[in-house]
Amino acid sequence: MAEVIDALLRCVAVVAVFMVFPLVVGQMEHKAMAHMQSRVGPMKAGGFHGWAQLVADGVKFVQKESIVPTAADRKVFELAPAVALVPYLLAMLAIPLGPFFGQGNLIGQDLDLGLFFVLAAMSVGVLGTLMGGLGSGNKYSYIGGMRVAAQLMSYELPMVLAAASVAMAAGTLSLVGIANEWEPWWLVAQLPGMVVFFVAGLAELQRPPFDAPLADAELVMGPLTEYGGMRFAMFLLAEYAGIVVLAALTTVLYLGGWAGPFSDDIGWLWTLVKVMAVSFLVIWARVAYPRLREDQVNSLAWKVLVPVALAQITLTTVLVVA
Amino acid sequence: MAAYLDDYLAVGVIIVAGFVLAGGMLGVNRLMRPRVAAREKLLTYESGVDPVGEGWSQSTVRYYVYAFLYVIFAVDAVFLFPWAVVLEDIGRAAAVEMGIFIGILVVGLVYAWRKGVLSWTS
Repeated sequence: MAEVIDALLRCVAVVAVFMVFPLVVGQMEHKAMAHMQSRVGPMKAGGFHGWAQLVADGVKFVQKESIVPTAADRKVFELAPAVALVPYLLAMLAIPLGPFFGQGNLIGQDLDLGLFFVLAAMSVGVLGTLMGGLGSGNKYSYIGGMRVAAQLMSYELPMVLAAASVAMAAGTLSLVGIANEWEPWWLVAQLPGMVVFFVAGLAELQRPPFDAPLADAELVMGPLTEYGGMRFAMFLLAEYAGIVVLAALTTVLYLGGWAGPFSDDIGWLWTLVKVMAVSFLVIWARVAYPRLREDQVNSLAWKVLVPVALAQITLTTVLVVA
Repeated sequence: MAAYLDDYLAVGVIIVAGFVLAGGMLGVNRLMRPRVAAREKLLTYESGVDPVGEGWSQSTVRYYVYAFLYVIFAVDAVFLFPWAVVLEDIGRAAAVEMGIFIGILVVGLVYAWRKGVLSWTS
């Protein structure tokens, strides 16, 4: 019984993180994008620099009518946002935050298959967008859905290969184990893998510059065209939760997680700082780069990222065995 | 074995939590949203004009080819993970074996590349 309560409490904590962190990243995106584009962004909601803008958005979304088009496949259409959202919650369970004032590692649950579990959960999340695209009965959604599918399949591979390279170097699949094994020279030895992982992660989240499936100038909103109200909000939350998961995973795998001065006490703070820094990069990429064309999206994956990831695996193999 | 499964108790709980969360969000929405019937709302959105034909259609074969390539490589990726864990213990023999395995797949990728499958326009 004690174990069940323990697991329950940890899951409540994970849900809390899941509801708060994406909003923080979303607010950071509002403000960072605005200042990069010489604007101020939201200023009214909440008083101080529009800090409550996303809360206000949430309140608005909750009160919106739910519309399912007649042409849509009703069940698939209605289920898609949940399929997009829930996997990121699962992924967050296995991602460690690090030592907390000598009280052990702050984590939902350390799984010995952690890395595999998180990657599997992340790729299920993309299926939600695909379901939305094919279930909407809309031409824009359909084209967007095809693009999502191609993007998922092209980028899943380099992402998994790059992650495997870290697992090889650490000799474990547990995320806590990997971060413990991490050494500063991995920053150099695993650099190509890190770049591949981060870029492929951006593409899986369909974040700009890899937002060809959404491409508002040509496809309206791609797979999300027919969505509105709460279901649209769930897709939106899934996107930002995805950013948090990607940033946290990049931190734990490649940036040493909680490695830093006084990490036994404030390791969790180091992890948070790094996660926020990587999230900022995700936002920066949106402002800095124009959208890739559909053919460029796929050729980048197969002609650049997959070969680089394979080379990284070879390099890591040599380093581990020699 | 029991200790191993204990680790996954939290996974079970979080899956339930996920369903509760998604159901809760949609449930609150159901309680608070208005309902104004109008047939036009349920039409497919097509930039403001009446929709023509169906949402389904044929699509370029390129997508299918990418799916095929992915299936070939995904198998490789799955085998990499158990191998990655034991690489250091087994050493060179494991490295050589995986080298052969990946080598065969690289030949496949090079073949697809030479055949022009990876280019959008030939």
